[in-house]
Amino acid sequence: MAAGDIQIPLRSPAEFAKEKVKALQDYALLVGQSLANLFRRPLYVTDMIQQADLIGVGSLPIVILTGGFTGAVLALNSASTLSRFGSLTLIAQLVSVGMVTELGPVITGLMVAGRNSSGMASELGSMTVTEQIDAMRALGTDPTKKLVTPRVVATVVMLFFLTIISDLLGLVGGNMVSSLLLGLDSRQYWTSAWQSLVWRDVTTGLIKPVLFGFVISTVGCYFGMSTRGGTQGVGRSTTQAVVVASVLILVVDFFVTKLLIALLGYR
Amino acid sequence: MSAPTLPLQTPAIAVKERGREAIRFENVTLAFDDKVVLDNISFGLPHGETKAVFGVAGSGKSTILKLALGLMKPDSGRIYVLGQDVTQMSENELFDLRRQIGMVFQESALFDSRTVRENVAFRLMEEGTVSDDEIERRVREALSFVELERTVDMFPSELSGGMRRRVAIARAIVTQPEILLYDSPTGGLDPVTSTTIVELIVKQRDVYKTSSLMVTHRLQDAFIMATHYFDRTANKMLALPKGVHCEVPMAFLILRDGKVIFDGDLDELARTRDEYIREYIA
Repeated sequence: MAAGDIQIPLRSPAEFAKEKVKALQDYALLVGQSLANLFRRPLYVTDMIQQADLIGVGSLPIVILTGGFTGAVLALNSASTLSRFGSLTLIAQLVSVGMVTELGPVITGLMVAGRNSSGMASELGSMTVTEQIDAMRALGTDPTKKLVTPRVVATVVMLFFLTIISDLLGLVGGNMVSSLLLGLDSRQYWTSAWQSLVWRDVTTGLIKPVLFGFVISTVGCYFGMSTRGGTQGVGRSTTQAVVVASVLILVVDFFVTKLLIALLGYR
Repeated sequence: MSAPTLPLQTPAIAVKERGREAIRFENVTLAFDDKVVLDNISFGLPHGETKAVFGVAGSGKSTILKLALGLMKPDSGRIYVLGQDVTQMSENELFDLRRQIGMVFQESALFDSRTVRENVAFRLMEEGTVSDDEIERRVREALSFVELERTVDMFPSELSGGMRRRVAIARAIVTQPEILLYDSPTGGLDPVTSTTIVELIVKQRDVYKTSSLMVTHRLQDAFIMATHYFDRTANKMLALPKGVHCEVPMAFLILRDGKVIFDGDLDELARTRDEYIREYIA
């Protein structure tokens, strides 16, 4: 080997698999602890409210923008197809069902994952590498109770409400396109959008953000708490948290949709 | 340095088992992958004594503190802290025990998004049973002990390295723990600030009689601690008269290749014939 070359130690497949299983086990333990802490005192309500403000209110501008423009572009793209079949009036139904059951929860989840999963990973990661997490344990405080559980509760609750706002703004965006660009009647749009929704759509659209919120917060906290390797490690954890949370949102979305169809049937 | 007079508070002494030792390591072994860091080591820390732990970098000094605190578990052996076997305790049980122990981390490990007041008050606030007025009083008292009362509303990033170390000491002593663990408290500090920190540790030892384990690279700090005492009347650290340096509860522990090669007081250290130790202290 030439001088100056960096020698990267090769890992055997067994070691690689062992490492991944260990990571999965640690994640499962963190998830279990964060849920169990809900039934242990103290509950850190102040920390939960503080996190809800950071996650919920802080994410409001991006959720409003993405929700609104997603609804608008959905209406715009579907308009040409629907007009070909002479069914342009169905645009409200398409935007309404599309936003409430799928796009609202997923787009909001991805936005919040990008903003908050990374934030949690970098904040907790910095605390880990500067021994602040160890200091907290040394001071007799459980970091999962003090830091993880409030973030999980706040993300689950706030993503639920953010998704509702996103759905509404998506419908408003669709209405803007249909009335201003396509010349459809606004009252007809809202009536059609409202009547096309059935309880199954609303249930599906409100179960998903709860699960996505849980995924976003636990993944962000897990990567933060398991950070190793100084500032470079913090950067790595932050990236991994966003990537894993985003992919998991899409994977969970598929399986939850499949499960709900199996349970509730097609609309 | 002269420190302000502090009302003497004797910490509540918990059950003292196993020969009245605050900490007892029994045949403790720990390895990281193939590297054995601690190899079957045994030693004790009697109540009220301060023990300075020496060894070259990577010899497992800081690991000893983390093991005593239950932040890490040994591969084998037993560790008794205030009579309780920390190797057999769950994390939840350890949280209760840790409330009786103060730890000063190598890089201070202050919570950087909290003010000095919130850092020092952290443990009291977490207890949830102390009134706000009492918390404020005890925070001020702890900060006056380290002469940093004026920094109460500042953030750690606004403090110098030495000040951060002193705030970390204030945070560790605010509840008057029975045991204090110092991880290189004077590392990277200038001689004047180091002496200030050493005086605080001596004051804690002689005024509050707190049992302490102090990991350090600086032999001179430990020698100062072994040859000085804190005079409460003069309210400062004074040199012991010649010939009485063993009166202070100060001991030395030296590690080499994962083993304890010396455990004794200053007199025994001065008399040792071990070549490695003689070279180390030279």
